Amino acid sequence: SISGRVRSCFHILLLYTSRLEHQNKALTHKTRTMRGASRSKNTQILDKRVCMTNCPTLIVTVGLPARGKTYISKKLTRYLNWIDVPTKEFNVGQYRRECVKIYKSFEFFRPDNEEGLKIRKQCALAALNDVRQFLTDEGGQVAVFDATNTTRERRETIIRFAEQNGFKVFFVESVCEDPDVIAENIVQVKLGSPDYTHCNTEEAVADFMKRIKCYENSYQPLDEELDRDLSFIKIIDVGRRYLVNRVQDHIQSRIVYYLMNIHITPRSIYLCRHGESDLNVKGRIGGDSGLSARGKQFADALGQFIQSQNISDLKVWTSQMKRTIQTAEAVGVPYEQWKALNEIDAGVCEELMYEEIQLKFPLEFALRDQDKYRYRYPKGESYEDLVQRLEPVIMELERQENVLVICHQAVMRCLLAYFLDKTAEELPYLKCPLHTVLKLTPVAYGCKVESVCLKVEAVNTHRDRPMNVDVSRQAEEALLTVPDHQ
Amino acid sequence: MSSEQKELTQTPLLKIWVPWMSTSLSQRRGSSRPQFTNCPTMIVMVGLPARGKTYISKKLTRYLNWIGVPTQVFNLGQYRREAVQTYKNYEFFRPDNEEAMKIRRACASSAMKDIANYFAKEQGQVAVFDATNTTRERRGVIISFAKEKGYKVFFIESICDDPEIIEANIMQVKLSSPDYENYDKEEALVDFLKRIDCYKMSYVSLDEEKERHLSFIKIFNVGSRYLVNRVQDHMQSRIVYYLMNIHVTPRSIYLSRHGESELNLLGRIGGDSGLSSQGLKYARALSEFIRGQSIKDLKVWTSHMRRTIQTAEALGVPYEQWKALNEIDAGVCEEMTYEEIQATNPEEFALRDQDKYRYRYPKGESYEDLVHRLEPVIMELERQENVLVICHQAVMRCLLAYFLDKSADDLPYLKCPLHTVLKLTPLAYGCKVESFYLNIQAVNTHRDKPTDVNIARKPEEALRTVPEHL
Repeated sequence: SISGRVRSCFHILLLYTSRLEHQNKALTHKTRTMRGASRSKNTQILDKRVCMTNCPTLIVTVGLPARGKTYISKKLTRYLNWIDVPTKEFNVGQYRRECVKIYKSFEFFRPDNEEGLKIRKQCALAALNDVRQFLTDEGGQVAVFDATNTTRERRETIIRFAEQNGFKVFFVESVCEDPDVIAENIVQVKLGSPDYTHCNTEEAVADFMKRIKCYENSYQPLDEELDRDLSFIKIIDVGRRYLVNRVQDHIQSRIVYYLMNIHITPRSIYLCRHGESDLNVKGRIGGDSGLSARGKQFADALGQFIQSQNISDLKVWTSQMKRTIQTAEAVGVPYEQWKALNEIDAGVCEELMYEEIQLKFPLEFALRDQDKYRYRYPKGESYEDLVQRLEPVIMELERQENVLVICHQAVMRCLLAYFLDKTAEELPYLKCPLHTVLKLTPVAYGCKVESVCLKVEAVNTHRDRPMNVDVSRQAEEALLTVPDHQ
Repeated sequence: MSSEQKELTQTPLLKIWVPWMSTSLSQRRGSSRPQFTNCPTMIVMVGLPARGKTYISKKLTRYLNWIGVPTQVFNLGQYRREAVQTYKNYEFFRPDNEEAMKIRRACASSAMKDIANYFAKEQGQVAVFDATNTTRERRGVIISFAKEKGYKVFFIESICDDPEIIEANIMQVKLSSPDYENYDKEEALVDFLKRIDCYKMSYVSLDEEKERHLSFIKIFNVGSRYLVNRVQDHMQSRIVYYLMNIHVTPRSIYLSRHGESELNLLGRIGGDSGLSSQGLKYARALSEFIRGQSIKDLKVWTSHMRRTIQTAEALGVPYEQWKALNEIDAGVCEEMTYEEIQATNPEEFALRDQDKYRYRYPKGESYEDLVHRLEPVIMELERQENVLVICHQAVMRCLLAYFLDKSADDLPYLKCPLHTVLKLTPLAYGCKVESFYLNIQAVNTHRDKPTDVNIARKPEEALRTVPEHL
């Protein structure tokens, strides 16, 4: 029925919302079991990566060339992976480049080029085959099929493929007629494409415009009548308007929300930690201490740096912990406090030194080194919890323009991992030293990072993963990588 | 910037760090997240009668108030009923009825005046103007008004041409309207359909070309399709997301706490203990109860805490754990009895009684924090159909407050006793509540607000309302 909703993708929902570590406190009193170890029956549903009643989703882009399909595909993939939904993009253009080693000209894309059409169809099928493998055999949850898919016929092929394999389909169409936007697209990402390495700018632009023309005649946009049974979002003029049809489940709802919040207005995001704190100096984690003398120096330096950058309409965000607020106060502009930006809660280990943690909780210390992303401090949080907590912050960062986020080490690692597409394994070891500002500027399909060290001395708080992560290791081996402190 | 750093102090109730003697504290910085509302927003409903405008208005208002955005509905029909004491029939709404037109225009002006007053004098942030607003002319009037005052405008249009849905609407909410007190059902239906016809002639839907500079969402056929135009800001983005997640499929939500826990018996708050023997009995009783209800496709949710998981285990069905459903974090007061809190932190204890909703435990959370933590749970509850949520006292109060539209003042004192299941079923514009006490004895964990909340009060005053325990 129209007003009914298809059962939400239970598995994806679980992966996102439950953040379950595989320890069942109700039944196993003491030992923590990590994902992969044995677990009791009530957690059985949650660790299964193979789908049961819930199916993987195939996202299919639709649109003429230079409408931002690849930009959207890559960004969406990055976001979904960050919120722990295994996602991968499959760009048919790449398959074509592997098949046809050298790109000569737009003539390849002429609708009457039989040879070209054959190759392009083969490439699409090869990509779909890889999609099937990813979703069925490799534990993928979402695959993004990035191609023009401009004809109803091509889309029908994909729908049939998805039905045969038990995948849900969600179309993302980008429609844009603004010549300035299209021209900018071409300059930003097409000119640097392998297709145009041998061309100068004018030639490349001319050729690409002709390429677009090849598609225009046969383009059948998604239609609210003819395609009323399909699930899709039509993005018009880079987000000015959206048409959303038949959202089936939770993940599609999240995808729609995300797509409706992103924009391409040029801007920069500045990430930094609070100035050095008193507890930092003592080598203690967590807590809510104030800035050390050097930390205050950093706060002043940060204020000066920000002024010198001449940023228009800068928003400043902090956590609700003293050290970030003290830092923001020195910048001298209004700031917003987010509880969600608070540092990771180390539970029973709050305000301890690593040496003390090793002494009192050697097992916990080892478990953390084994899987730093998923490990949850007793009565505290894990990086995985942190990512879930930070999702509204990321969503708002996407909406905003120039923002300075003054936060904490673990929090900054999570945010950075989102912008730089780092895996869960890399995330907890990203280097985010004190007194250093990272300036992130979206460029082409990714993010440019500029690191500015504000030349105020501070302790190092980065603890690398030690060689020996075994619970039976010696104390010295555990403490080998602890940075110096008072 | 100055070389002397301003010293920071932590506000006693909210535990927010602010500059000592700060002058920039013109707005309360208490929330756990920035609200991103700088100018008042008018939400303007658009649509023929019986398209769900009032349903959406009320539901949206309830949601926004719950997440801390002061919102109020201004229903034009009510203004009209006050102006024209008795409703005769549909002829009032005929487009050629000059007399009635005058009255209706006057009502609209009156409502807009009240909206201006709500924003200026009552710290409102969002006003929902619930009326048909079916002509471009009327919308123009509203837009001019908003522009002059500096309000943002966001239109919500509901379009539906399914006669079954419309008739169901009419049966559910129109027949019981004060307008039709003296009608019998058949006559009322006929009259209302004629009323709708009066609007149809002049109805001009929001046009994506002609009105492309406006911010709006068009909802087609109860959510099967949406057209969203020019979302201006954070608030509108959240509203769109909410509207796209709600549905009208009949279903029930069951709320229950975990079975009585060992710490409950000892009168200790928080912690992560297991169920007492009574609690285990409750878990089994809950299982029987749920089976007896014969609920189709029930989803079961718990927190990550032992006591809710143990309770769910007895049901013998798959369940999902949400960290967001964990009990409020009492920080330094975790696992203490109220007597101990009074003994060790009498000031904190008093502050909590002064403003239980906003009070944050040292190194812990407030009810306000809890609401923000629970927002994704509410969003997912809106998407789902039949769900049983096994949670905790403070959490259940927050969820209940959302469904029953309770204020921040009432929320922390809602009665959510152990071993009682609340069944919530959406009905008309609200929620029907059925309470099932499963007849298994349990301690009382509800502490009322004492009469004396002064910091200087005596311990006996503070502990007067503490429920009994071992």
